[in-house]
Amino acid sequence: MPDDPAFVERLRAGDKEACAICVREHSANVYNLALKLTGEPAAAEDVLQETFLSAFRSIARFEGKAQLSTWLYRIAHNAALMRLRKRQVDTVSLDEPVEGEDSILQPRDAGRADWSENPEQVLLDAEMRRVMDEAVASLSETLRSVFVLRDVNQLSTAQAAQVLGLSEEAVKSRLLRARLALREKLSAYMAGRAAEAKR
Amino acid sequence: MKNEECRHLLGQLADYVDGEASQALCQEIERHLSGCENCRVVVDTLRKTVTLYHTRGREPLPGDVEARLYRVLDLKDR
Repeated sequence: MPDDPAFVERLRAGDKEACAICVREHSANVYNLALKLTGEPAAAEDVLQETFLSAFRSIARFEGKAQLSTWLYRIAHNAALMRLRKRQVDTVSLDEPVEGEDSILQPRDAGRADWSENPEQVLLDAEMRRVMDEAVASLSETLRSVFVLRDVNQLSTAQAAQVLGLSEEAVKSRLLRARLALREKLSAYMAGRAAEAKR
Repeated sequence: MKNEECRHLLGQLADYVDGEASQALCQEIERHLSGCENCRVVVDTLRKTVTLYHTRGREPLPGDVEARLYRVLDLKDR
């Protein structure tokens, strides 16, 4: 991606071709971040549009200290959180963990099921995809943000830390908790599936 | 005591699963795993979990969503 000052200057000048290149390069990443954070395709589309409208409107404020992609992710992340907060204002606190750290670090019986050798086609069918999405949606907002940036969008620890305004250590710690919680959910599902197959 | 060791190990897995742990930490973890079936399963399925999301966690941008985005931004698609 052209991240050089000349390209950013073209964006600042409102160069349509440069804007199109920027959109082409980053729109799928922004959409995936928004989709996994909000869990709704319509909300993800709104966030996607808001992100680029806001970015192009405020490109003068982009100082080039971070990568352009980091800046876009930050805008998208904030926009997605605003939507979540609006939607959930009367429900559970967004920062309330779904599971405490202790329970995540203490695998239950289902969590001990060994599905590491399952054939890929079993793991990748439509039902499994749904279970994977539901597992991400069940994470607390703080864990979900880190997980999606690191393991779905596959940003480096340093870049995820920049997007979220966290230390790299905090990103690593939250990522581990998120991964262990997801492993627990997928293990419970695989254990149920294995029990069904035996019947 | 064994349980405490397991909890300590699980807390150290962040760098290990990403292949970024120091040699000393890798050795410590692998020594524990060789004698603890429960933790071995947890680590193997944790790796599988990460791989699943890495390979299948993303979705393509739907064509109609992309077309509407270009329209809203008043840009030419391609």
